[in-house]
Amino acid sequence: MTTFSYNFDTEVFRQKVSFPTGIFINNEFRKGSDATEIDVINPTTGKTITKVSEATKADVDDAVRAARKAFQTVWGLNMPGSDRSRLLGKLADLMEAHSDELAALEALDNGKTFGWAKTVDVTAAIECIRYYAGWADKVHGKTIETSEAKLAYTRHEPIGVAGQIIPWNFPLLMMTWKIGPALATGCAVVLKPSEFTPLSALRMCSLIQEAGFPAGVVNVVVGYGSTTGQAIAEHMDIDKVAFTGSTLVGRKIQEAAAKSNLKNVTLELGGKSPNIIFDDADLEQAVNWAAFGIFWNHGQACCAGSRIFVQEGIYDKFLEAFTKKALEIKLGDPFKQGSYQGPQVSQIQYDRIMAYIQSGKEQGAQVHVGGERFGTEGYWIKPTIFTNTTPDMKIVREEIFGPVGVVIKFQDEEDVVRQANDTTYGLAAAVFSQNITRALKVAHRLQAGTAWINCYNQIHCQVPFGGYKQSGVGRELGEYALENYTAVKAVHVNLGHTI
Amino acid sequence: MASFVELAIPRLNTKVKVSTGLFINNEFVPSVGGADPITVYNPATEQVLCSVTGASEADVDKAVVAARNAFRTTWGKNVTGFERSRLINKLADLMERDAEILAQLECLNNGKPFKIARDFDIGDSVACLRYYAGWADKIVGQSIEIDRRTKTAVTHPDPIGVCGQIIPWNYPIMMWAWKVAPALAVGCTIVMKPSEITPLTALKLSELVVEAGFPPGVINTIPSLGSIGGAALAAHKDVDKVAFTGSTVTGRKIMEAAAKSNLKKVSLELGGKSPHIVFESADLDQAANWAALGILYNTGQDCTAGSRVYVQDTVYDKFIDILKGKAAQLAIGDGFDEKTGGGPVVSKGQYDRIWGYIEAGKKEGAKVILGGEKRSTPGWYVDPTIFTDISPNMKIVRFVNCIVQIFGPVLSVGRFSTEEEAIKLANDTTYGLGAGLHSNDQAQCHRVSSALEAGTVWINQYNLLYNNVPFGGKKQSGIGRELGSHALEEYISTKAVHWNYGEKLDWPL
Repeated sequence: MTTFSYNFDTEVFRQKVSFPTGIFINNEFRKGSDATEIDVINPTTGKTITKVSEATKADVDDAVRAARKAFQTVWGLNMPGSDRSRLLGKLADLMEAHSDELAALEALDNGKTFGWAKTVDVTAAIECIRYYAGWADKVHGKTIETSEAKLAYTRHEPIGVAGQIIPWNFPLLMMTWKIGPALATGCAVVLKPSEFTPLSALRMCSLIQEAGFPAGVVNVVVGYGSTTGQAIAEHMDIDKVAFTGSTLVGRKIQEAAAKSNLKNVTLELGGKSPNIIFDDADLEQAVNWAAFGIFWNHGQACCAGSRIFVQEGIYDKFLEAFTKKALEIKLGDPFKQGSYQGPQVSQIQYDRIMAYIQSGKEQGAQVHVGGERFGTEGYWIKPTIFTNTTPDMKIVREEIFGPVGVVIKFQDEEDVVRQANDTTYGLAAAVFSQNITRALKVAHRLQAGTAWINCYNQIHCQVPFGGYKQSGVGRELGEYALENYTAVKAVHVNLGHTI
Repeated sequence: MASFVELAIPRLNTKVKVSTGLFINNEFVPSVGGADPITVYNPATEQVLCSVTGASEADVDKAVVAARNAFRTTWGKNVTGFERSRLINKLADLMERDAEILAQLECLNNGKPFKIARDFDIGDSVACLRYYAGWADKIVGQSIEIDRRTKTAVTHPDPIGVCGQIIPWNYPIMMWAWKVAPALAVGCTIVMKPSEITPLTALKLSELVVEAGFPPGVINTIPSLGSIGGAALAAHKDVDKVAFTGSTVTGRKIMEAAAKSNLKKVSLELGGKSPHIVFESADLDQAANWAALGILYNTGQDCTAGSRVYVQDTVYDKFIDILKGKAAQLAIGDGFDEKTGGGPVVSKGQYDRIWGYIEAGKKEGAKVILGGEKRSTPGWYVDPTIFTDISPNMKIVRFVNCIVQIFGPVLSVGRFSTEEEAIKLANDTTYGLGAGLHSNDQAQCHRVSSALEAGTVWINQYNLLYNNVPFGGKKQSGIGRELGSHALEEYISTKAVHWNYGEKLDWPL
C-alpha cells in the first residue's frame, strides 16, 4: 500500500508530512485490486513526487458496497442530524489544526501558491464544512394542509449512496463542496478525486477517520475518469452522481446515468463567462477585478471572466491599465514569498492552453501581452491578453482554462447583452458600472447562474452557485445544495376517509 | 474590582468559585445604584450560600447602554454570521468543558440532582447553543418578484437590537441557553436578568462569555428582583425587545410595561396546567411512566408539568394503582446524593405555596392517595403527592380547573368516559402550554392532538423537548415560540427594500 512522505523545507512552510495514499474504503487504506499506481507530478518541476494506489472498477464496487452498508446500518436515517453535525464540526476542527499542511499539499500537487491555498482554498474549505455541519439537524420537510381526514407531510430523506467526481483546480475546496451537503443530509459517499491532484483528498481521509465518521460513510477512490469515473457514473447501486469538470465529460456522465439506473445527476461544468465593463465603471476597480477575474488560480476557474467586454468610451484607458496589471503579476515558485501565479496543473493542460494561444494567433487575433511560456521548467504560462478578436474565433467561443483573456470592445447595452449571452455556456457573468440602475438591469438580463456586480470571483458558501444552459444542472452551496442529496417522500396518513 | 465567593461542595470534596458582581461590558462590577445584595440559598439545607450584587435601575441603564454600544459597533450588522457561529460554538465548547462545575452550582442553588443537571440540563444546553450556532450564517430573507423588468424587492432579516431577557429559576442554565442562543445567532445584544433565586450559574456562564471571546457589551448579566430589574427592562425606552419566561401574572405586567413605554416587542413563555389524557387503548404501564415523568420531573417545577391526568373510566382503577406505584419509586433528596431522582423545591416561598395548596386540598376533602405529609427534617422538600376523586362541587376544584399552577410534585387525577369529554376537560383552562395523550388508536391520536388547545402536544410520551422543534404557548400560556427555527423570528425585525431600477414616475399623476 502506498504512503506519501515528504519533507517540506521552504520559505513559507517547513514540515515533514507522511500519510497513507491507498484506496480508502471502510475507514481503511489498501492497494487497488490490480495493484496499479498513478504517478503524481509536481507541476512546478514536471517531476513525479509520489505514486498513489489506483482504483479499478472492482474497487468502486467495494466502495459502493461499503457505502451502502454504512447507509443502511449506522448512517442515513440511523443517525440523528445533531450527531452528523458534531462529526462534521470535528472534521472542520481537524482541518483547522492541519491547515498549513493541507495548504502545502495543495500547492505542491496543484501548483497554486501556498499563500493562495492557505488564505482561500483551505480557509473556504473549512468554512464550507462548518456551514454544512450547521445544516445537518435542520433538514426540514413540511406539513401540508389538505383536509382534516388526512395528515400529509413530507420527509426529506437522504438519497442514499452518492458518487462524487471532483476536478483538479480546487482539489480540497471541491471535495468539501461535495461531501459537506452530502454528509449533512445523511448520504454515504464514494468520492473520486482527480488523478492529477489526489493528495489533499487522501490527507482528508485520515482526518475523516480521526473525526470518528463510521466506516463506509466516506470512501475515496483515486483513478482515471474513463475507468473509475465511468464505473461510478454507470453503477447500478449508486443513487446519485455529482460531477464537476468539463462539459464534455459531463455529457458522458449524464449519458451513463441514463443508460444504467437513471441515477440523479448534478453537474458543474465549464464556462466562458462575460465580464462587462461600462464606461461609467470605477475604472481602477474594474481593472483590478478583471485581472482577478481571469488570472486568479492561473485562469483555472470554471467561472473565470475570460471574455472581457469594455465599452468603447473607456476601452483604451482600460486596456492600458489592464495590460499593466497583467505584466505586474509575479510568476514564481509556489513556495516562495511574493509569488502570485504558479504553473498550470499538468502537461496536458499546458499543451491545451498553448494550442488555444496558437489558434488565436492563426485566426488573426492580436496577442496584446503574454502568449508564451514562462521559464524552462514546469508548466508556467504568462498572463495573456488577446485583442481584435471576432466572435467566431475559438479563443472567444471555447473555454481555455488558462491565464488567457480576450478583451472585446462594445458599443451599448443591447450590443453587449447579445454578445455576452451568445454562448452555450452560462456559469457566471459580471457587470461594472457606477449606475446601479444600469448594473441591475443588465445583470438581470444575463443568462448566468451567478451575476456579479462590481466584483468578480466572489464565492460564499451560503450563496448558491451553478450554471445556466450547458454550464450545468443543479446548484451547489447554500441551502440549495441540500436538495441534491435529499429525496422527498410524501406521507399521506388516512385519518377517516373510508371507501 | 473582582468580588467572588468560593462555595464548598462537601459531598464532592471540591470548591467552586463564582464572581458575584454585575456583569457589564465583559467585567464584573459593583452596583452604582445601591440596591440590596441578593441572598442566595441552598434549598436542600435551607442555608445561605452567599450573596451576590443586586442590580438597581441605574445598573440596568448602564447595562442597556453597554448593549446598545456593542450593537452599534462590534455586533449587530458589524459582525458576520460566521463569526457569530464561531463564538457561539466556542461558548458551547467551554460549557461542555466546565459541565461538572456548572452542574455542581446548579445542584447547589436549584436543588436538582447533580447528574441530571450535568447530563440533561447542561447537555441539552450545550446542544442548544450548537444548534443555534449552526443557524447564525443561514439567516436569509427573500427576493420577491414585482415586475422583473423594472424593479425588485428583497427582505432583510435585521437583528431587532438590544434584548432584555428575563429567565426563571426552574432550569437556570437551560433557560439561559434557550434565550441567549437564538438572540446571538441573529445578531442581537442582550441584557440578561437571571432569577434572583438562582443567579449563580448565569454569573458563572458570564465568565465563559469572556473566555469565548464575545466583544464587551454583547451579553450583560444583572441579577435582581423582578420588581426592580425585570420592571426596569420591561419599561426601558432603549430596549427593543423583551423575552420573559415565568408566571402569567408577571407576564401581564411585562406586556403592560412594554405597551406603556416604547411598544417594545414582547415574547412570553408563561405557566401551564397541562392535561395528560390516558385512553383505554393505551399501554398503561408506559402511560404511567410518562405520567410520572410528566409531574415529577424537576420536582414538578416545569411549566409543562402534566399536573392534571385524566384517565378513561374503563381503565381508571388499574391505571391509578400503577401510577401510584411509579410515583412512590421516586427518591426525593439531596441532589448530590447518587440515589436522588428529584431534589427539593427551589425556595421557602415555593415550599410554603405548594404546601398551602396541599393543605387546602386535604381540608376540603379531596382524597390523598400518595404523599401529602411534610417532612420533619431540614430542606424544602415536597414528596410526590396524588389527589383523586375531586368532584366539581368542591372549592378546591378551582385549582384543579386550572386557575392556579401549583408548580410542585402534586398531581390530581380525574376520570372521563368519552373522547369528547376528555377534550372538553383538557381545554377548560386559560392556559395552553402542553398536553399529552396516550392511545393506540391512530385516528384518535390525530383527532385529539388536533383538538387540544396547546402549543405542544405529546403523543404516547411526555415532557421531552428537542432543540430543533418549536415550543411555546397558546392562550394565556404565552406569546411567540422558542426553539427550532421559530425562535429566530423572535429576534428578527424584517426590513423590506423596494428597489426601482426601471420605473419612471410621471408627475402630476
